[in-house]
Amino acid sequence: MAIPKIPIGDGVEYVVNWIEDDFGILLDIFSDVTDYIISGLNDTLLLFPPIVFALIIGIAAYFIGKKDLKLAIGSTVGLLLIENMGLWVLSMETISLVITSAFLALIIAIPLGIVSAKNEFAYHVIKPLLDLMQTMPSFVYLIPAVIFFGLGNVPGLVATIVFAMPPAIRLTTLGIQQVPKELTEVADAFGSTPWQKLTKVELPTALPSIMAGVNQCIMLSLSMVVIAAMIGARGLGYQVLIGIQRVDIGQGFEAGLGIVIIAIILDRFTQHLTPK
Amino acid sequence: MLTGDFNIKQEKKIEVRNLTKIFGKKPKKALSLIESGSSKSEIFEKTGQNVGLYNVNFDIYEGEIFVIMGLSGSGKSTLLRCINRLIEPTAGHIILDGEDVATANSEELREIRRKKMGMVFQNFALIPHRTVLDNVAYGLEIQGISKEERDVKAKEAIETVGLKGYEDSKTSQLSGGMQQRVGLARALATDPDVLLMDEAFSALDPLIRSEMQDELLALEDKMQKTIVFVSHDLDEALKLGDRIMIMHDGQIAQIGTAENILTEPADDYVSKFVAGVDRTKILTAETVMKRADPVVSMNSSPKVALQLMREHGISSIFVVNREKHLKGIISVDDAVSGSKAGKTIKDVMTSDVTVTYPDTPLNELIPIIENSSPIAVTKDDRKLLGVIVRGSVLGALAIEEA
Repeated sequence: MAIPKIPIGDGVEYVVNWIEDDFGILLDIFSDVTDYIISGLNDTLLLFPPIVFALIIGIAAYFIGKKDLKLAIGSTVGLLLIENMGLWVLSMETISLVITSAFLALIIAIPLGIVSAKNEFAYHVIKPLLDLMQTMPSFVYLIPAVIFFGLGNVPGLVATIVFAMPPAIRLTTLGIQQVPKELTEVADAFGSTPWQKLTKVELPTALPSIMAGVNQCIMLSLSMVVIAAMIGARGLGYQVLIGIQRVDIGQGFEAGLGIVIIAIILDRFTQHLTPK
Repeated sequence: MLTGDFNIKQEKKIEVRNLTKIFGKKPKKALSLIESGSSKSEIFEKTGQNVGLYNVNFDIYEGEIFVIMGLSGSGKSTLLRCINRLIEPTAGHIILDGEDVATANSEELREIRRKKMGMVFQNFALIPHRTVLDNVAYGLEIQGISKEERDVKAKEAIETVGLKGYEDSKTSQLSGGMQQRVGLARALATDPDVLLMDEAFSALDPLIRSEMQDELLALEDKMQKTIVFVSHDLDEALKLGDRIMIMHDGQIAQIGTAENILTEPADDYVSKFVAGVDRTKILTAETVMKRADPVVSMNSSPKVALQLMREHGISSIFVVNREKHLKGIISVDDAVSGSKAGKTIKDVMTSDVTVTYPDTPLNELIPIIENSSPIAVTKDDRKLLGVIVRGSVLGALAIEEA
């Protein structure tokens, strides 16, 4: 007897359509707000002339990196190289997208990580979801994102958020679970409230792990933002996509190089912000 | 079970009644088995539940150092954590100042923990991103006390433990001994009545450990806190404890003073436990001294002294006044020559007597007894209590070893 095909695909389609139909207005509002944030940030970044921006980043790198001259010079030179390749506006667009999506991803991920560290049930629900999110090919996220938000920056951002959240959730959970038992006992033994215990003992102790999650989240956002160009997200990813479509190695490589420069700067900055 | 006959006229600070802790998911069944008197191993066989504490009852008096002593798995740490409910007891009561900690709601429990109990942990458990000052101030901070006020109190506590000048240091830069001083200061900063110390010195190397023990004793002399000290180190327990409770398998094997436990072990477990102890540190002059009998009065004559020595077969005799205060000693030779020359006791006695006090440990007497037997044991006002001769020290040690 042949077992009939279980309609998993149909089910997912049904759910997606249902959300689309019944929550359309909410989706529109979300879309407008995030679009506003992204373009606002983008406009702000573009206010600075490239050379000024590169110098500001260089100086910031010098102090954040604890007087690391190499990082300072590298950041400034890298940004000037981007400007020189004529990719400045696209890069700022990419940075706006990355910062916005990483920021939103972290706003969701860190509380979820805390909840899953504190609550056994939440942990058992969230963990398989994370496994699913991380193993599902990232392109698959693009489909519902397009259905909900059409083409453009916002669906790219949503797909990026989903893609970039898991490591931040995991590392937050891990960080809190690894707080030594004696330390949580200290918090309890001196009469802390659960909130005091979390904010004064657990989160600060877990901070290195949480910051590693933040770093991962930003890096994954950057890689997903490039893929999101396929559904109309702007920025360097779009340039790469055009490079692929036209088989233009030069253009593709230059855009790729721009992404690498941004990645290195973002990575070093977040790493230096992590307390040792 | 032997309960210590420690008759200090002190208030009970903590009363522990029928305290039981069962580890496992179905404690109720195990609990009813305990009530019907089943043993720990029977309960484990029948229910698969592990009994951590089996119906424990004892009192802790105000101002004493109460040492809970046992090997790992004996339930001593569980018991300590039940007192402030870091571990939730399955049944029983912990009465602190007339208030039952075991049934307090979370608000009341928090208040008790904030105001009445401080805790010191084995591995120091200092919060890594905080300075010494901020670690010590933690207990005050969570009570919502202002920064200025808590810094003043925290600095006092830091000074008490001898870390003045290290307020702004990072804790990771301190040695183990210093870190534990911070841990102690943190517990003292909120000025609690009760200090719970969980193997507080076990992670320190022996020299530092001994130094910290001495300092804890000195602090306790000044502060008179009630200290519950968990230890697996018998020497430490004997040194610190006003009373010691030995735990075995989640039950109390014996409660008593150090001497109680060494001289009258309640059962085989305790006697095996204490077998390896260095008794010279525990036994005091008082426990090995003999009655100073006979003695000779100041107003008596050398002839009488000689007679007494001859009767008792001794080679020297203490001279006392009417109130039995020690005045000197006369040897046989001096008594013989003195009585021939018709001298008085005062003329022949020498006031050069080795004197010790009842609570002097034996290990301090052993080096001097060789050359200065007999040693007089006196009170502070030189009232003669007893005498220690070389033989009695060796005898005491030999009996205890047997």
